[in-house]
Amino acid sequence: MASGKPNGNAAAGNGNGGPVTFLEAIKQAMFEEMERDPAVVVIGEDVGVYGGAFKTSEGLLERFGWERVIDTPISESAIIGAACGMSYLGLRPICEMQFIDFIACCFNQLTNFVAKGHYLWNAPAPIVVRGPSGGGVHGGPFHSANPEMYFVHTPGVKVIYPSTPYDAKGLLKAAVRDNNPVLFFEHKFLYRRIKEELPTEDYTVPIGKAVVRREGRHLTILSYAAMMHTSLEAAQALAKEGIEAEVIDLRTLLPLDEETILQSVKKTNKVLVVHEDTKTGGIAGEIAAILCEKAFGDLDGPLMRVTSLDTPVPYAPTLEDYFLPSAKKIFNAAKELARY
Amino acid sequence: MKPTAGERGKKDLTRQQYLDLYYYMGLNRAVEDTMVKLFRQNKIVGGLYSSLGQEAISVGSAYALEKKDWLAPMIRNIGALLVKGVQPRDVFMQHMAKYDSPTKGKDGTSHFGDLDNLHIVSPISMLGDLIPVMAGVAIAGRYLGQKIVAMTWIGDGGSSTGVFHEGLNFAATQKAPFVLILENNLWAYSTPVRRQVPLENLADRAKAYGIHSYIVDGNDVVAMYKTAKEAVERARAGEGPILIEAKTFRRLGHAQHDPAEYVPKEMRAYWEARDPILLYEKFLMSEKLLDAKGKKEIEDKIDALLQKERDFAENSPMPPAEFAAEGVYCTGDACHKIQPKWERDKREVMPPKSSVSAVWTVEGFGVGKGSSGGIAPIHFGDTAAVQENEENEEKLAPKTSVKTVGTKSAKVASARGAGALRQRSRGKRR
Repeated sequence: MASGKPNGNAAAGNGNGGPVTFLEAIKQAMFEEMERDPAVVVIGEDVGVYGGAFKTSEGLLERFGWERVIDTPISESAIIGAACGMSYLGLRPICEMQFIDFIACCFNQLTNFVAKGHYLWNAPAPIVVRGPSGGGVHGGPFHSANPEMYFVHTPGVKVIYPSTPYDAKGLLKAAVRDNNPVLFFEHKFLYRRIKEELPTEDYTVPIGKAVVRREGRHLTILSYAAMMHTSLEAAQALAKEGIEAEVIDLRTLLPLDEETILQSVKKTNKVLVVHEDTKTGGIAGEIAAILCEKAFGDLDGPLMRVTSLDTPVPYAPTLEDYFLPSAKKIFNAAKELARY
Repeated sequence: MKPTAGERGKKDLTRQQYLDLYYYMGLNRAVEDTMVKLFRQNKIVGGLYSSLGQEAISVGSAYALEKKDWLAPMIRNIGALLVKGVQPRDVFMQHMAKYDSPTKGKDGTSHFGDLDNLHIVSPISMLGDLIPVMAGVAIAGRYLGQKIVAMTWIGDGGSSTGVFHEGLNFAATQKAPFVLILENNLWAYSTPVRRQVPLENLADRAKAYGIHSYIVDGNDVVAMYKTAKEAVERARAGEGPILIEAKTFRRLGHAQHDPAEYVPKEMRAYWEARDPILLYEKFLMSEKLLDAKGKKEIEDKIDALLQKERDFAENSPMPPAEFAAEGVYCTGDACHKIQPKWERDKREVMPPKSSVSAVWTVEGFGVGKGSSGGIAPIHFGDTAAVQENEENEEKLAPKTSVKTVGTKSAKVASARGAGALRQRSRGKRR
């Protein structure tokens, strides 16, 4: 990637069919959507001339100009508010939070203005709010957050948290085309660590659909984002011990794909939820409730969870490693669950 | 500030415009009077907020907008909604939570909008949030080539919020065609403006954003209209956002439940003597634009209309209970076909035409004088402190010449000789 000369060919980075990073996939999605539809604009801090703190929007300004790639003051509420207003005239703004932690600064705009508009006064707000999230890169307590559950608890928005370049691109495109506000979390640990060959033609990935990443019959591991990869790693280790774990990537947290979850539980009868979000109020609790309501008879063991600690994200590597879930923690929990 | 329109005397509006302003102020008040009755009959579900004594602001400012322009009301801007074309029945039904109301009972008060026809954005209860939203409306309109202006209102209390600052600063950086009416009614619920803002004039906040501002007598509908009209046209012409501080007074409590006993008697008496409708009526009569017969005709027209509107509202059903579960998400094109109305050539915003060199240019860099008199090495303006006392001095010595910026001359009507309504401009931009 990083063609150096960002003169903005939408296919740049994918032209020769080589594998692309998670970050490049997001960049391609924005390029292609802006190329496809002049209603799509990008707004955020340092997204234009600088190309974004992680260079996700590099080259967009060169190609699409000042009116479509808007550098803003450090004003998250203004970014979301303005994007909302723009969407009322039919535009489809993609807002960048420089780090997703800063979404707390515009919580009111998102939860009270943007999310409630369609329900209250029939005003859809087709905006996407995207940004780098998650820990494991020693970003400290204000650059590592996983604030997805604040918004899963907000009727009116959709919440996406992909784990692969293919999904990141396809889901971001789907988010741009969706008529609802969509929060799009990009785990920054994945940005440059994984690569994948992407189709050259236009594609989307449907919002609200989970996917089975690994088939298994002894237990189901439900996960998403960076922890999906950690779960797969644990599943491989489990396989050596004769435990076949099914690994499901939730991909979208709101709306949650209950059908795929319930199908898997019917087969394995045991569920382990793994998320990097903190434990209390994490999606695992919601899944536990859904399984109690709809699959109680299918369960042969307690729903178990491996999550981060109920603390802020600490800075020191020793502390952060202790804070985060790991393949080993998942492996141990799965083994315990398999004994039921 | 002293009265008022009567002293102005200049007939720069058409007779019809003068009478329109009178009609809408009367309608505004009559709609709210009707709602007080409904409230006392327990037919209003939630709170009822009044704009008694502030009608000139809502009506005068919204009357300056064109049909294609956008507005977003606050709680005390029923008058603006009526001017923009909202039917009184919709206002009644909103308050009564009826199924035929714009939000079908999902929200009350002035919390409703109309994206397609009237171009109204619904407010939320959190103050200041409309400012960046309407800035976004303004720049989207510009992007689509629609030449629109966006307008919203904020109170003295709301001007203390963080999003007021974020929104106005962003609008200023974008030079958005946006007009913000700051209704200084002296009270934020029970807290007087002095305890919220250590400024004599809230319009001074404009200085912080490098934008133009005006101060106007908010109880003078003609002054309000003319000021808003000039602001709207300047914004439309590309001069950037404009802040108008309208000085007024909240005659009733925060809402119906609040007797507002915290307001000093003499303050209330002072403002009650300056009722915007009575003042305007006096002016119209003295200018022979209205007589007793004409007044009666307008009042009868309003009465007849509101009787009809009220009947309709009262006969509308409550929403069916299960309707609560519907409508959280847009379900796609069948639900809403979202299509911008392009009034410019789309090719201008598509490559190759849209492509630019991604380099910051800083106009005027290095041309400013440093405090030592030499060329400023790092700033792009004067490195000496700005004369912050300018406005206060102006206030103390009203003869100080008024600086103006922009292409239009600063001819502004005035209520106190040359002073009460001042053209205020910030000289240094960028």
